[in-house]
Amino acid sequence: MTITRTLMGAAATLALSAGLAAAQDSEPGLIIDLGGKFDKSFNESAYVGAQRWVEDTGGEYAEIELANEAQREQTMRRMAERGANPVVVLGFANASTLEAVAPDYPETDFVIVDMVVEQPNVKSVVFSEHEGSYLVGMMAGMASETGTVSFIGGMDVPLISKFACGYAQGVKAVNPDANVIVNMTGTTPAAWNDPVKGAELTRSQISQGSDVVFAAAGGTGIGVLQAAADEGILSIGVDSNQNHLHPGSVLTSMVKRVDNAVYDAFTASAAGELETGITVMGLENEGVAYAMDENNADLITEEMIAVVEEASDAIVAGEIQVHDYLSDNSCPVDL
Amino acid sequence: MDFLGIIQILDSALRLATPLLFACLAGLFSERAGIFDIGLEGKILASAFLSAAFAFYTGNVWLGLLAGIVASLMLSAIHGLASITFRGNQLISGVAINFLASGITVVVGEAWFGLGGRTPSLMGGARFAEITLPFADAIRGMPVIGPIYSDLLSGHSILVYFGLLCVPLTWWVLYRTRFGLRLRAVGENPAAVDTAGVSVVGLRYAAVMICGVLCGFAGAYLATALSAGFVKEMSAGRGFIALAALIFAKWRPWYALGATFLFGLLDAFGNRYQSLDLFGVDIPTQFMQALPYILTVVILAGFVGRAIPPRAGGKPYVKER
Repeated sequence: MTITRTLMGAAATLALSAGLAAAQDSEPGLIIDLGGKFDKSFNESAYVGAQRWVEDTGGEYAEIELANEAQREQTMRRMAERGANPVVVLGFANASTLEAVAPDYPETDFVIVDMVVEQPNVKSVVFSEHEGSYLVGMMAGMASETGTVSFIGGMDVPLISKFACGYAQGVKAVNPDANVIVNMTGTTPAAWNDPVKGAELTRSQISQGSDVVFAAAGGTGIGVLQAAADEGILSIGVDSNQNHLHPGSVLTSMVKRVDNAVYDAFTASAAGELETGITVMGLENEGVAYAMDENNADLITEEMIAVVEEASDAIVAGEIQVHDYLSDNSCPVDL
Repeated sequence: MDFLGIIQILDSALRLATPLLFACLAGLFSERAGIFDIGLEGKILASAFLSAAFAFYTGNVWLGLLAGIVASLMLSAIHGLASITFRGNQLISGVAINFLASGITVVVGEAWFGLGGRTPSLMGGARFAEITLPFADAIRGMPVIGPIYSDLLSGHSILVYFGLLCVPLTWWVLYRTRFGLRLRAVGENPAAVDTAGVSVVGLRYAAVMICGVLCGFAGAYLATALSAGFVKEMSAGRGFIALAALIFAKWRPWYALGATFLFGLLDAFGNRYQSLDLFGVDIPTQFMQALPYILTVVILAGFVGRAIPPRAGGKPYVKER
């Protein structure tokens, strides 16, 4: 009995000292959000970026995957207290928590993806999703034969409406008479992980005539792409390149280079030159893009690429202004 | 809303109601025998996971279905052991099963596939295909009957038809067989059944196992027919909705069909009309999506008549000495 207790005590001491050792060198930390590390989408992209940094530099980083909403603050604080620097958090849902946590750790840099937090030690990386969505919307408009295309969002939040609004504008740009159906999966974080509902929404949209569906819904999107492939219509993936999921059915993917954001944050911090403030990743710095590879080469014609490239250049040059839903919480085209 | 639109909504409702129907009938068997089961959700989840995993490994959806049923049966056995043999609290055992399933599916999934608790996507023979009923194409052109038969009834996976078949089957077993009579009696007055020389423990175990099998079907349907693979927490509260439907149905099989179909219909309706303009009033998406849950609360608050549960429900049976 006493021996066991001694052993346990020794083990605890060991664990403590290990924790202290970790605190001395400042390795970067990544907090994976609720969708899960392998959501084939947003979080996976961040994970891929971190892995690429490990491969390139041989460094190490700390990683925690959130299991539920209540762990956000605790996890952020634990990361900071362990001495991780910078601490990268993913997704708009972290904003209010980070707002409260960041001032308590002035020595630690935080990076938040997808939302702006105005604190001196926070770097906010936001993407011009509306521009990327605009381009894939143009593709959808050109690929559609019925003149009806659709959009499935995850949780009903302004960020997802930003995708929807950009997409609708793109569709209308090539086909002003097109009908765009917009559906949201739900109003709770569970909406990111409900492929059954995603598939059912897709079938409902197909019955209303849609033949291209754009899913910006995390794990729910897997069900959307599956249903689209089953029913023989086209789909558009999001965040990561999802073209390979159903070759010949996924028209393209609106790639959001979260991996680059994470990679850059890690690299800059290691060099000691992480700049806090707001960084916008758009078309010009390849923060957003449409994905082309061998899986969708047959679906996209030269003509489509030409039109989209032209629009892309015009957006970068400022000749086309894609309305950002977040700027005034409204959309010029009817959603 | 035109005729075709109605058909499409009903079609979607039928798909969405099927897992609820299986789970509801599962709960019906268990609760009629006096064992409350709030672990339906956990059993569905476990079955969904194992059926998707086995369907992926073997490429055969039937083996997947079998594995799903086995997973669900194992949890049923735990529930039986805790609440029948050891006379524990049935609600606590059910909650434990839900937690167990929610955790273990992700842990095992991560160990097997390394995809964060997901299984890889299922292709071809690893999924239940849609079945076209005979003559579906021939009579499609007929007015009214054509669309109802070809679009609404035809074109579902075999589990949907099996689920519908389970309703009369359940009715027959419960009300027309000796086993059913005893099963209902054991939920009302186990002492009387015991006096007649029939094993209360045996009957209750049988009921809990039937519940396991039916939950197995519900889970397998979710993972291998409605979608192609398992995603963590994919049951998304369907076990609890089924439980509400069971109370709504007053523990009767035909009513269970009606109740689950109503929930499926609301879900389908919410999907189709995310914002509805009703007599000039704009009903927001959030309301439409919350409708099944609002209905659940209304039902559970007892607005829909008196629902009287089996009298011995929730009480472990202790033999008199």
